[in-house]
Amino acid sequence: MATPREIAVAAEQRDIRNRWLLSSPALIIIFLAAIGPLFVVLLYSFMLKGDYGDVKPWQFSSDGWFGVFLQRDIFDDTLTIADAHISIFWRSVKLSLVTTLVTLFLGFPTAYFIATRPPQRRDIWLFLVTIPFWTNILIRTFAMQEVIRNEGIVNSVMIWIGLISAPVQIMFTDWAILFGMAYVYLPLMVLPLYASMEKIDFRLVEAGYDLYATRLQVLWRIIIPLVKPGIIAGSILVFIPSLGAYVTPRVLGGGKNMMLGNLIELQFGQGRNWPLGAALSITLMIIVTFALLVYVRNASKSGGSHG
Amino acid sequence: MKWKLTAALAGAAFFAAAGTAHAEGELNIYNWGNYTSPEMIKKFEEAYKVKVTITDYDSNDTALAKVRAGGHGFDIVVPSASFVQIWVKEGLLLESRPDQMENFKNVDERWVNLDWDPGRHYSVPWLWGLMGTVVDTSIYKGDINTSAIWLDPPPELVGKINVAPEMTDVMYSAIRYMGGKWCTDDKEVLKKVRDKLIEAKPKWIAMDYGTIEKFASRDYAAAFYWNGAAMRSREQNKDVRFGYPKEGFAYFMDSAAILKDAKNPDNAKLFLNFIMDPENAAMISNFAKYANGIKGSQPFMDPAMKDAPELNVPAEFQAAGEFLTTCSPEVTDIYAKIWQQLLK
Amino acid sequence: MARTFSVRTQPGFTFIAMFCFFLLYLPIVTLVVYAFNSGQSVAIWEGFSFRWFESAWHNRAVQEASLRSIFLAAFAATLSTLVATMAALATTRTAPYPGLTFKYAFINQPLMVPEIVTAVALLIVFSRIKVWTGYSGIAYLLAAHTAFCIPFAYLPIRARLENMDLTLERAAADLYATPWNAFKRVTLPLLWPGIIAGFMLAFVISLDDVVITEFVKSGGQETLPTYMLGQLRRVVTPEINAIATVFLLISVAFVTTFFIINRRKP
Repeated sequence: MATPREIAVAAEQRDIRNRWLLSSPALIIIFLAAIGPLFVVLLYSFMLKGDYGDVKPWQFSSDGWFGVFLQRDIFDDTLTIADAHISIFWRSVKLSLVTTLVTLFLGFPTAYFIATRPPQRRDIWLFLVTIPFWTNILIRTFAMQEVIRNEGIVNSVMIWIGLISAPVQIMFTDWAILFGMAYVYLPLMVLPLYASMEKIDFRLVEAGYDLYATRLQVLWRIIIPLVKPGIIAGSILVFIPSLGAYVTPRVLGGGKNMMLGNLIELQFGQGRNWPLGAALSITLMIIVTFALLVYVRNASKSGGSHG
Repeated sequence: MKWKLTAALAGAAFFAAAGTAHAEGELNIYNWGNYTSPEMIKKFEEAYKVKVTITDYDSNDTALAKVRAGGHGFDIVVPSASFVQIWVKEGLLLESRPDQMENFKNVDERWVNLDWDPGRHYSVPWLWGLMGTVVDTSIYKGDINTSAIWLDPPPELVGKINVAPEMTDVMYSAIRYMGGKWCTDDKEVLKKVRDKLIEAKPKWIAMDYGTIEKFASRDYAAAFYWNGAAMRSREQNKDVRFGYPKEGFAYFMDSAAILKDAKNPDNAKLFLNFIMDPENAAMISNFAKYANGIKGSQPFMDPAMKDAPELNVPAEFQAAGEFLTTCSPEVTDIYAKIWQQLLK
Repeated sequence: MARTFSVRTQPGFTFIAMFCFFLLYLPIVTLVVYAFNSGQSVAIWEGFSFRWFESAWHNRAVQEASLRSIFLAAFAATLSTLVATMAALATTRTAPYPGLTFKYAFINQPLMVPEIVTAVALLIVFSRIKVWTGYSGIAYLLAAHTAFCIPFAYLPIRARLENMDLTLERAAADLYATPWNAFKRVTLPLLWPGIIAGFMLAFVISLDDVVITEFVKSGGQETLPTYMLGQLRRVVTPEINAIATVFLLISVAFVTTFFIINRRKP
């Protein structure tokens, strides 16, 4: 006869087995159509580049990885650090961080506003957030271009008010990329924030006020810790696509201000250096993974104690 | 209940989509976006009872990568001149012998013996044009027939120039501007070319496609761009003029060819023959606003295109125009490296 | 009478939220206005007309691409939300067990990869499969879209589950509800906002995708974004605005219907 302890262990094992079963469809799909093929990219980063793109199969070389960090001068063969790559890396990280902060700054109050509406109206507001985003990213970026170009609305209004006398050049600058990305990725911040705000128990907030907390203290000590999972999810959802963004920098940056996504695309396209592109991609993935680990660890350490 | 309905609908649509994939009489064309005249396709479909599907690409490299990988399902592709040899060398094209087709007699002799496809054993002219300077003459009134417009820009144009991100054409123009010859491996010249490009880049506002609407909105005052687009820009902004750089300019030609693993090679051959007909070639031109390589197509062209200064190279500049050969991989490699330095 | 003190308000939040909505709709309004431009330009207003709607309506390529995009997004969002919900249930509200962190990392993996990398990887692998099997239908796009939608569906659902009160489910279990009934009657209704958020995110993400689709598509599998990418290089006319406007109208109609149906449920 089984002891209670054995029964408990068996139940636990059954539970774990069920959990594997339940998650397996997602794992299988992701393996087949996302992760598995990435091993090919890793493999490609160690191969010799083909003359017109692609690689020479099974001819191994470290040129791809070499090119990520170092460059050989075309004319005098001197070896230098690939400063162009480093500045593109840095610009991408910087712009993505700022984009995340901007969307958080705009998205947090918006999600909060929606979550504090009467329940039957929340969905309407939520849909209002998502509706502009049911048009695809290219169109949205084009629309943004209309707003920020020299004779666009922003410049016209600023001139009309008298803030400036001549149009400010926003298009084709880093600002344009920043505005564009913040605009494009804003719903990716609002939706997860809303999902965790929507179930805030306002009795906790009330209790805070009963204990003479100020509004700022309530926000900082009660609300933000409660919605931390949403903040984490939203920041991840905005930061990572920004880091690898391709369409927005291409349309708004005018092709002169590259981000990592464009640099990688260049290697697979006109640059015809697939191994370098593959190596750059893997470097990018390493940066992302590292940033994510640091972020999630810090985020879950500080702040309130919750799920 | 709702999700069941959704699932059922999705399933039905899936099989409907899958079911139509292999009907009789098909033709799959893989071409540049917004480059294939719908009227011409309709005419072909009605004449031969073939269903035509068009899929777009946006760069020669994307098209090449995709077709080389296999399993693409395309019959016809329309690569640019400098890429045709690559397609041939990689064994991707069918030697369909357009030169033995009925309508080949219509092809302008000028476009028959070109070194990327001597005697036209693989490809049929689709459209051709050239890259030159596009200038808004309300802003700059000087000589526009020079590459100095974008390589040594006059002060009026600084910060308002767009340069098309096309490696071959940019490199060609810069090499000619610095006094070199195409495919040169002279390090002295190439070094000057690189330095000139890197010096000029801060004076450009963008390196991008899609200039027509930006000349209309006056976001650009000058560009290094294609002649057909220049004509369209002029239609929207009457001050825009096209210049033929006297230092040298490069023609481009896109040519239609059949893929070796085409599923419908017979229909594809019918199509190649079809587009060598003057009336049909004119339809392609009228849609995409570039000249074609077919004799006798002039009478069928839009009147606005017949005498457009952008599409008819003036006699005095014809000597400066050149068709680009495919350079050796070593030289291409150097050019690509200079190009990459420029883009960074 | 003294102003009522609302525990819910935060100073300035409503203002920022309104500003945010203004920002969200400003480009959209511009876009819609220029759809009715009679001129050729998306930047210079020349008068009111429906000509671009007409031209979009007669454009077979646009119609086919639009339908394909919607079908893809609906399929990918439905399937990915379904499997993501299952995965979220399996990875939350539990003591750590072997493989939990692995699963979490695995499911979020598509987020960590720039689109272009996945695109090239899929091009290489899928084209081999296409050659072996001779099948080059839409299933490849469906698989690719579903895969990169899963984490987008998963994150909001997981965020919702993590903060969910367990007492109700325990109460249901105590009242001898079967696990399935407890799930259906208690967990699922509480989880619903997360699922909707996940579905909508996934739908939008699939509708948005350009790069992966561009590399995975076979002949005749143009989606609206890849169609537009092709246009981008040549000329942009208000036809694109007209298509976007129609899409907006359809999505508003769709969302409203969805909404009304949802409302009727007890």
